Amino acid sequence: MELAETDERIFLVVADVGFCVMDPFVERFPLRFLNVGVAEQNMTAIAAGLAMCGKVVFTYSIAGFPTLRCLEQIRNDVCYHNADVKIVSGGGGLGYGALGVTHHATEDMAVMRALPRMTVVAPGDPVEAELAVRALVAQPGPAYLRLGRSGEPLVHKPGVSFRLGEAIRVREEGEITLIATGTVLYATVLAAKRLSRHGIQARILSMHTVKPLDTEAVIAAARETNAIFTIEEHSILGGLGSAVAETLAESGLHVRFKRLGLPDMFTTVVGCQEYLKDVYSLSIDGIVKQVVTSLRSWSLSTSGSSLCSPAPRA
Amino acid sequence: MSEKADLTDISKLAGKIRRHVVRMTHRAKSSHVGSSLSMADLLAVLYGGILRVPPTEPHWPDRDRFILSKGHGAAALYAVLAEKGFFPVEKLGTFYQDGSDLAGHATHSDVPGVEVSTGSLGHGLGIACGMALAGQRDHRPYRVFVLLSDGDCDEGSTWEAILFASHHHLDNLVAIIDYNKIQSLAGTEETLALEPFGDKWRAFGWSVREINGHDLAEIQSALKTVPWQVGRPSCVIAHTVKGKGVSFMENSVLWHYRHPDKDELQRALAELGGAE
Repeated sequence: MELAETDERIFLVVADVGFCVMDPFVERFPLRFLNVGVAEQNMTAIAAGLAMCGKVVFTYSIAGFPTLRCLEQIRNDVCYHNADVKIVSGGGGLGYGALGVTHHATEDMAVMRALPRMTVVAPGDPVEAELAVRALVAQPGPAYLRLGRSGEPLVHKPGVSFRLGEAIRVREEGEITLIATGTVLYATVLAAKRLSRHGIQARILSMHTVKPLDTEAVIAAARETNAIFTIEEHSILGGLGSAVAETLAESGLHVRFKRLGLPDMFTTVVGCQEYLKDVYSLSIDGIVKQVVTSLRSWSLSTSGSSLCSPAPRA
Repeated sequence: MSEKADLTDISKLAGKIRRHVVRMTHRAKSSHVGSSLSMADLLAVLYGGILRVPPTEPHWPDRDRFILSKGHGAAALYAVLAEKGFFPVEKLGTFYQDGSDLAGHATHSDVPGVEVSTGSLGHGLGIACGMALAGQRDHRPYRVFVLLSDGDCDEGSTWEAILFASHHHLDNLVAIIDYNKIQSLAGTEETLALEPFGDKWRAFGWSVREINGHDLAEIQSALKTVPWQVGRPSCVIAHTVKGKGVSFMENSVLWHYRHPDKDELQRALAELGGAE
């Protein structure tokens, strides 16, 4: 909203979602808002056409709709033309949990990451989200901004330093590294606190920008810590975990590594986001348990027997 | 210039486009000669006085925009752009060749005059809607013309754009259908029936005219007078013949993919008044 006050180029194009949320923008900038109806391919093509005429366009829908439904438009109309279009999805990951598999965005980052000229950002909290929007407007070109739902808990204080492509070191010291992207950051921070009470210190990186990845931060973690875990509310195929794995594999460095995320399957049970995260071990407890189990299997120490609550329901 | 003289020039331009197309597709051994020939007259009229786009200033902000949604007709588009001075005619010899800028489907990158890269059908009209909307919101005088194939109208994304354009009263938008009624495996009515085609566009809120897509005067008369209804986008359904101008290529599915060999090229050029 604030940016649109001073930058007349900014347009917002939505595909019939965002009940009430868009109202302030619509009221203030009616000529710069479009609801194209349930037509994501057209939403994206129109955004490209507007951008080719000098606009900075945000498209918006939820879950996988603004990406998977109109992937070819994103690739050919937006990315190939380097159009200044920022694709925004709300409810990334399991944000729309109990609405079912059709409303789960679990492959979106993998697909967006594979597109040339696309910047992929999943802010870890509302502070990062606001800073990401500012940074993306200042950087012309295609981008994918994957948000959670509203009311996500804060991890950062305002004024944290934010640059696209640079991970934020939420916690410096640690013999292992937890790299999180998106709104699992909060659970990661709490998981790290629990781990530290039991003698495992974890460096925490908020890797808000999955593309371009902060490879320097990954290499540093590989050199300076004994194990790296990636955490994302996304398939373990193709997202943050894969991006980090690519860097590690080509670095020649040896470090223990594990991707925490959603398995290569559709959810088989109905539940809200927190319930499903628990089922797939992405809750605070789940993250702690997976880290401890891995460290033990790698014979990388740990002390403490009461790290976790009983095993989550399968 | 009198209108008759004007049409004579346009007719000559159409002839040049056709001769370039058969030469280019022969040299490159590329597909889509039939699709390129069917749109030659439409392009000649568009670039022969309808489109306000200066070849020396292809990025002029108030230029009319032209999008070739049927990007596989690239040979014809490149030919008319070269003839109008957007780039040297010699460049046409590099069409579809290794190291070239001229890809087999219309490509904007490093090709002055090509607004948008197309090739996958169903993209052009939506992008055109975005450009037309920007023009209206910015109070700019330009028009947006988009040339579609009948195959483009199989794609759902095209119909999303058709709904959008009339809903938003984009009367600075003109869709032209190169309605040659043949797609890549068979005719359109056999593949996915579009008829009653004009009725469909009308039902979606467009102002529609059906014309002979090879009658230069008819094409010009339609395009000079857009928009025909204030507040409505315009659709020209141009009834055309795939392969028009070369008798053995006309109305044939074969010439969607087949390129002319040396002998066929000579015969084609002879018919097109340009034997080599």
